[in-house]
Amino acid sequence: MINIKKMFANGIINENPTFVQLLGMCPTLAVTTSALNGLGMGVTVIFVLTLSNFLISLLRKFIPQQVRIASYIVIISGVVTAIQLLIKAYFPDLDKSLGLFIPLIVVNCIILARAEAFASKNGILPSIFDGLFMGLGFTIALTILGIVRELLGAGTIFGFDILLRFGYTPILFFILPAGAFITLGVLIAAVNSIRQKAAECKRKKEAEKS
Amino acid sequence: MDFLKVTSSPHMRHEDSTRIIMIDVIIALCPALIWAIYIFGVRALTITLVSVLSAVLFEFLYRLIMKKSQSIGDFSAAVTGMLLAFSLPVSVPLWMPVVGSFFAIVIVKQLYGGIGKNVVNPALAARVFLFLAFPSEMAAFTKPFEKLPIFANTDIIATATPLASLKEGTAPSQRTFDLFLGNNPGCIGEVSVLLLAAGALYLLARKIITWHIPVAYIATAAVISYIFPGSGMDAVQYVICELCTGGLILGAFFMATDYTTSPVSAKGRIIYGIGCGLITMFIRICGGYPEGVSFAILVMNCLAWYIDKFTKPRVFGGAKKNEKK
Repeated sequence: MINIKKMFANGIINENPTFVQLLGMCPTLAVTTSALNGLGMGVTVIFVLTLSNFLISLLRKFIPQQVRIASYIVIISGVVTAIQLLIKAYFPDLDKSLGLFIPLIVVNCIILARAEAFASKNGILPSIFDGLFMGLGFTIALTILGIVRELLGAGTIFGFDILLRFGYTPILFFILPAGAFITLGVLIAAVNSIRQKAAECKRKKEAEKS
Repeated sequence: MDFLKVTSSPHMRHEDSTRIIMIDVIIALCPALIWAIYIFGVRALTITLVSVLSAVLFEFLYRLIMKKSQSIGDFSAAVTGMLLAFSLPVSVPLWMPVVGSFFAIVIVKQLYGGIGKNVVNPALAARVFLFLAFPSEMAAFTKPFEKLPIFANTDIIATATPLASLKEGTAPSQRTFDLFLGNNPGCIGEVSVLLLAAGALYLLARKIITWHIPVAYIATAAVISYIFPGSGMDAVQYVICELCTGGLILGAFFMATDYTTSPVSAKGRIIYGIGCGLITMFIRICGGYPEGVSFAILVMNCLAWYIDKFTKPRVFGGAKKNEKK
């Protein structure tokens, strides 16, 4: 009934929310100063996205067309508030480092985009998977971004010393906002190049078949 | 009867190639380099060589790895390396120009498609990158004629540049004529206004650059500093101090005039020069940094396409501006 494999590939690579759809740039650029922050933000978004997709898909026939955006926002902010309270209770350190960006997930475009584009048109199970895989794609992107920036900007990954022991001078630039833009640009270019090569391979294979 | 053959345009060709232009720029930069070696010691030459060689090497490696045609023969990478070294203090560790060259050549130039396709000036972008990445090393200026090791890392006592003194509201300790001559602390290639101007005259005489951008740039900076004199100096002296310190002359003649990143038409070039001057003086007077040349030129680089769009000359015989067809 649903093609989980295809949805997985869509979320991680083909329609990766950060690298391909360029959604949710605000947390992507702001919180990825370290790998841990990126991962924490990503995991939070996985939970929010899966739950909000589930709830919105559940209520999709009940919500009137005219007020759907407002209703989605109410549902999303409800989910975000619940998760923020959980993070505050169980991961106070993460709460401190992500700070304002947790409540700001409410206005993250990925969540509303998936609600509008997917959950409001599809059944409950596909919507849950969509939220899970899109969130996973977002998490992977943020973690890669965080790893690159932390490695170059502080010489560590997840707090573990990688380069500093070789006498590396941390390049402060990558922790600054400008470094976020440049790292993201280079990563998007890399992903685009990989996707183009993959598409070319596919075309060649199909040409050989026919 | 060769001259009766009909060929497609262009019919007039000029023997100038990218290579000849770039060699001319290198020649024009040489007096300033020799002065830098004289005043800052052989280390200035080491930094310049490391910067140039690494820029050429990165260009070569990138084109090789990406399987593109080789382009180091046009010497544009060498010019980028030279300009980058010129905008660094002489006391930086030797790996720093290498990091800067990598940023300039790979990130700013080649990722956008190589020569002629970069949005901003690679050398300046790399300078700003190093400036944000290593603030303390990039602000450590030595006094002239201080003995620095040629290769080893330096451990120097930083001294204030004339620009920093101006920023703090005191007159620079150097005589104004020394500022003009270049006997003051600063980046490798920016100190000697006299020799930079000599190189610039050579470029103007060879018609490599036109007067529009530098004149508009320097005149705007002069007018603004005349209107808002600081440091308790009289206006004329203040203007001379502002013009002769920092990277203004180097930036105006050698960096803002980069073909790829500046507007095409004369009118556009004047607007571009005025914009550079305004932003430079705005940062120098109101900003947090003492120097604003590199930021000003980068900002105007990003606007060059926009200026081009609005100063497009009318096609000969085409419709006038407000004329309806």
